[in-house]
Amino acid sequence: MPTITRAGRARPQGSSFELAVWYLMRLTGLGLFVTALGHFLITHLLSDPSIQDVAWVSERWGSIAWRTVDWLMLTFVTFHAFMGMRVVVHDYTRGALKTVLTMALYLGALVIFALGTMVVATLPFPVA
Amino acid sequence: MLLRYRGGEGMLAWAFHRIAGVAIWAFILLHVLDIWLVSVNPELYEEVLDIYASPIGRVGETLLGAALFYHALNGLRIIIMDFWPATTRYHKQLWYGVWVIFFIIGLPVAWQIMAPAFGMAQPFDFGL
Repeated sequence: MPTITRAGRARPQGSSFELAVWYLMRLTGLGLFVTALGHFLITHLLSDPSIQDVAWVSERWGSIAWRTVDWLMLTFVTFHAFMGMRVVVHDYTRGALKTVLTMALYLGALVIFALGTMVVATLPFPVA
Repeated sequence: MLLRYRGGEGMLAWAFHRIAGVAIWAFILLHVLDIWLVSVNPELYEEVLDIYASPIGRVGETLLGAALFYHALNGLRIIIMDFWPATTRYHKQLWYGVWVIFFIIGLPVAWQIMAPAFGMAQPFDFGL
C-alpha cells in the first residue's frame, strides 16, 4: 500500500491564525463555487454583455436578496483571492519584501472590499 | 518543460491552479473597479461593457471562464482529498474527471460566448 500523501497545502500546525485561514480558504472556495460560477453563468450564458448596461445592473440589484448574494460573493472573493495571493507571495519572497508585499495585499483587500461594498450598498433602486 | 518534468499530473494540477488563481485575482481587481464605476461614472461603465461585448473582450471572457472553471473544479478536488485522505490515491483519476467535466460543460458555454464574435447566433436563448 502506498503511503497516503497530501493534496493541497498541508493543514498548518502550531498557529491558530494560519489554521483558521486554511479552513476559511476551503470554506470561501465552496461559497465561490456556487456564487462566482453562478455569477459567470448569469452574465455570460443566461444573459450577454452586449445587452447589459447600467439599467440591467440596477434592475438586478432591485432586490435586496440579489444584493446580499453579490455582497457575500464579494466577501468570499476578497478573502479567497487576496489570501491566495498571500500564499503565492510567501512561496517566492522572504524578508522585507515579503512583509511589504503582504501588507500591500491586506491594504488592497480593504480597498477592494470597501469599493465593492460601497456600490452594492448605495446604488439607488430603479425608479418604478 | 511542463510536460517533461517528472512531477506529472499532480504538479500540472498545482501549476494550472496557481496560474489560474493569479489571473482571476487580477481580473477581480478590474471587475470590482468597473462595477464601482456604476455609481461614480455610469457612462464610463457602459464603455467598459462595450469592450466586454467586443470580439477581443469575448476571447478574454472565454479565457477567464476557463480559468475560473478549472480553478473551481480542481479546488473541489483539493477539498475532497484534504478531508477524505484515502481519495489521494486516486488524485490522477480525479484530475482526469476535472477535465471531463471542464470540457463537457465548458465547450457549450464557450460557444455561447464566442458566437457573436463570428457573427453567428448564440446557441442558447433563455429569454433574459
